[in-house]
Amino acid sequence: MGRLLISGFEWFGDLGIFCARLVRAAFTPPYEWRELIRQCDAIGAKSLPLVALAGAATGVVLSLETRDSLIRFGAKSLLPTVIVYSLIRESGPIITGLIVSGRIGAGIGAELGSMKVTEQIDAMEASAVDPYKYLAATRVLACILMIPLLTVAADFFGMLMGWLANTLADPISLRLFLVSGFQTVAFSDFIPPTLKTAVFGLIIGVVACFQGMRTRGGTEGVGRTATSSVVLSSLFVILADVVLVRLILMIWPL
Amino acid sequence: MTVQEHPRTGIVAPQEDPHEAPIQVRGLHKAFGTQKVLDGIDLEARRGETLAVLGRSGTGKSVLLKVLIGLQPPDGGSVRIAGHEIAGIRVEELNEIRKHIGFLFQQAALYDSLTVEQNVAFPLTRHTRMKEQERKQRARELLASVGMDRDIEKLPSEISGGMQKRVGLARALALDPEIVLFDEPTAGLDSITAAEIGRLIVDQKKQRNITAVVVTHDIRGAKFFADRLLLLHEGKILAEGAYADLEKSKEPFVKDFLRDGG
Repeated sequence: MGRLLISGFEWFGDLGIFCARLVRAAFTPPYEWRELIRQCDAIGAKSLPLVALAGAATGVVLSLETRDSLIRFGAKSLLPTVIVYSLIRESGPIITGLIVSGRIGAGIGAELGSMKVTEQIDAMEASAVDPYKYLAATRVLACILMIPLLTVAADFFGMLMGWLANTLADPISLRLFLVSGFQTVAFSDFIPPTLKTAVFGLIIGVVACFQGMRTRGGTEGVGRTATSSVVLSSLFVILADVVLVRLILMIWPL
Repeated sequence: MTVQEHPRTGIVAPQEDPHEAPIQVRGLHKAFGTQKVLDGIDLEARRGETLAVLGRSGTGKSVLLKVLIGLQPPDGGSVRIAGHEIAGIRVEELNEIRKHIGFLFQQAALYDSLTVEQNVAFPLTRHTRMKEQERKQRARELLASVGMDRDIEKLPSEISGGMQKRVGLARALALDPEIVLFDEPTAGLDSITAAEIGRLIVDQKKQRNITAVVVTHDIRGAKFFADRLLLLHEGKILAEGAYADLEKSKEPFVKDFLRDGG
């Protein structure tokens, strides 16, 4: 138990040192624009199909699950509002956060882990290239920038498929569905929950890069890193969501 | 003092005393936990000299190289590279010095997502003002100089271990470094390929007048490519000199090491 506690403290201590080096690397010129764009493509564009699919599935499920309940209470007309509101306030952001932590967390962890155990990161450092700047900072920034955009995509596909699932049972035009859905939605319902996913991006990027760059133990170590990157980043995303939802409700009460 | 730029890469030459040895190590200590790896090492590599560091596996030879290039911080002692003390130096200053050092890793450590040509061009992309076409041209010249004029579009995983070492050597030489560090350049290779790598080290030394430190347990290879040998044992230097000097040593471990070929 004592040893577990000590290794936990060590982990957080090392994470703190890693973050300090990362911040220094990210804000000191020269900046790695080209690599940042490449990472935005790898993290953002290549995650889009999966995120869109997850968002769409969420929209369909929301439509199917809430429809019967709303009919029972005679509030069928609220269905578009419930779907839109639920998607943009919570389902879209958290689904995107968890999907990206699975896909990108594992990807970054395994890639950097493999580079670490095959001395590629040492080789980069030996050729006077800062791996914190070139490898870590670009990936973390790309996660921060791309996840809010992916969230918007998840929201969009969720609404689209929510409408489709609804309109198969009870035809309604998309325009009417959206107008009705957005009728009670305010600025504070959309912007803060979407922007909070930038924090999810920060968590996923930092945890995956940190785990990757401290990998030890050959291919087995790379496997462990990929798993721990996903588990830890998902866990921290959920915990951060609880805190951020509370914070958003304090600043913009319902 | 005037600032001298390399005519091709544009990298500023280090400001150092031309009479000072490019690598000077005094009282170097390094430990991992309670395990002492380097215990008061003193060594010097003179300009244009190839120094072979020999020793059994796990005696801290690779750690010594990593300390020389700043990948591992020393616990104590002084490490002067190209006239600069690197112990406790800032990363930015260390990186300036690293531009004058080439490093060939034991497993070549090629970037597996880049092609052979891109691997060699990587330091040029990062540190020179060369245009893309010039970088390609330079990378191809370097690859040709290590006998790798084919397969340059392949990924590292698609070429053999010996070829990877050649590419690693070409990458280490990309910025025309004054110092090159070799970590077990012949390990894991068949005797013919190992001899070829040994010849490449000698050729590059002749062509470029580089100062080299070669960590190896290949005594036959070291005899061929090194000017001076240094035998590391239990964290200390047990013997130092030309191969002929080591042969005269009365130290039992030195005799055993030379007889058994490391």
